[in-house]
Amino acid sequence: MPTDPSEMVTLKIPRPLYVRLQQLIAGTGFRSVTEFATYVLRDLASQPQARKDTDQMTEAELEQARQRLRELGYL
Amino acid sequence: MIHPHGGKLINRVVSAEERETLAREAKALPRVRLNQRELADLEMIAMGAMSPLEGFMAESDYRSVLDSMRLANGLVWSIPVALSAKDDSQRRLKSGDRLALADEDGHTLAVMDVAGCYDADHEYEAQMVLRTTDEAHPGVQYLRSISPCYIGGSIHLIRRPEHSDFLRYRLDPKETRVLFAAKGWNRIAAFQTRNPIHRAHEYLQKCALEIVDGLLIHPLVGETKSDDIPADVRMRCYEELIERYYPRDRVVLSVFPAAMRYAGPREAIFHALVRKNYGCTHFIVGRDHAGVGSYYGTYDAHAIFGEFDPQEIDITPLFFDHAFFCRVCGNMATTKTCPHGKDDHVVLSGTKVREMLAKGELPPSEFTRPEVAKILSEATR
Repeated sequence: MPTDPSEMVTLKIPRPLYVRLQQLIAGTGFRSVTEFATYVLRDLASQPQARKDTDQMTEAELEQARQRLRELGYL
Repeated sequence: MIHPHGGKLINRVVSAEERETLAREAKALPRVRLNQRELADLEMIAMGAMSPLEGFMAESDYRSVLDSMRLANGLVWSIPVALSAKDDSQRRLKSGDRLALADEDGHTLAVMDVAGCYDADHEYEAQMVLRTTDEAHPGVQYLRSISPCYIGGSIHLIRRPEHSDFLRYRLDPKETRVLFAAKGWNRIAAFQTRNPIHRAHEYLQKCALEIVDGLLIHPLVGETKSDDIPADVRMRCYEELIERYYPRDRVVLSVFPAAMRYAGPREAIFHALVRKNYGCTHFIVGRDHAGVGSYYGTYDAHAIFGEFDPQEIDITPLFFDHAFFCRVCGNMATTKTCPHGKDDHVVLSGTKVREMLAKGELPPSEFTRPEVAKILSEATR
């Protein structure tokens, strides 16, 4: 995580949630709620990064895969 | 189509829009250069071959896998997939940090969201996974060569590791799935191998092919021990055999990028689960699967499947006994199907075959097809 304060911003969350998160991270290796929240939010933010099952591939993606398979001689 | 392990095919490749931003951020991050095994694991995780893993294992998964062959969430997983620290400064990485993952030339390939660093117990890991701490075991040698400090966390792949070999045979799980669907195959048997193909392997594959729609021949081309037959030689053998002796429309030859662990039974489970991610419904398990030396019983890799509910594994293992040519039967067989004695069986050890090839002799055609023997002989000289 950046240590330069100018690279950090403050997020506000309800105090009861903050207290609950403090309890949740006790003994887990996370040293603060900030560390934990950063980890969780980063993971959440990365979700839209094309996490698709083949069954959920778009027609364009399917065609791209088929095209490669044709080029390689598999189809 | 069979579901990937854990229900979802993982994709940790960042989108084109995010790639530049992440690559820029990675320049300012601490960096770790991955070894060959870790590079192979990185690529397989990113492309979904190791679904449901989204990164290198955090401590909870690592300990759970060693103790119970399950991830911390209870899913079956039999071998650790770990990233070792490369210098002491990396020991200070903590949850919330980010780490750049690079190849051996220093090219950034991925960014890891660090979940934490932890001390691995290599003695315990070796005993649990490899069933030995003998330094002659190649898996034990690997553990001795790396730091016991592991770094866990999910990964975001920016660019794939570069390959210069087998380019036309490199298919990702989503591609094999599309391929099987396009061919109309519902039942697909996978064959894992790190050895050249002899008549016994061919027999197993064709027995499997009798009961499924298609066969995925999936030779492992990642890191192996130095005295294994090189992957390019093995691939030439497969190309030759498929051309001459296999129904081309029912066989797919593609490479499996993983490194060998030589973990025998546990690796058999791993090999099966991963092939499920490639879309296979059946997995061939022969004698001493993924074994080395005499560390594992001949059929330990069969027995270990009995430790799990078949629905948890989901892919169907096809167990085969030792296969051979029987001179009396006049065909390939196993002890399950042949009543004759050992004197009637054409059986050669790997050592014997290597000796013959080194002397310029070809193994008998009942053991190895002449076309394969010729390739092996040329490669040995």
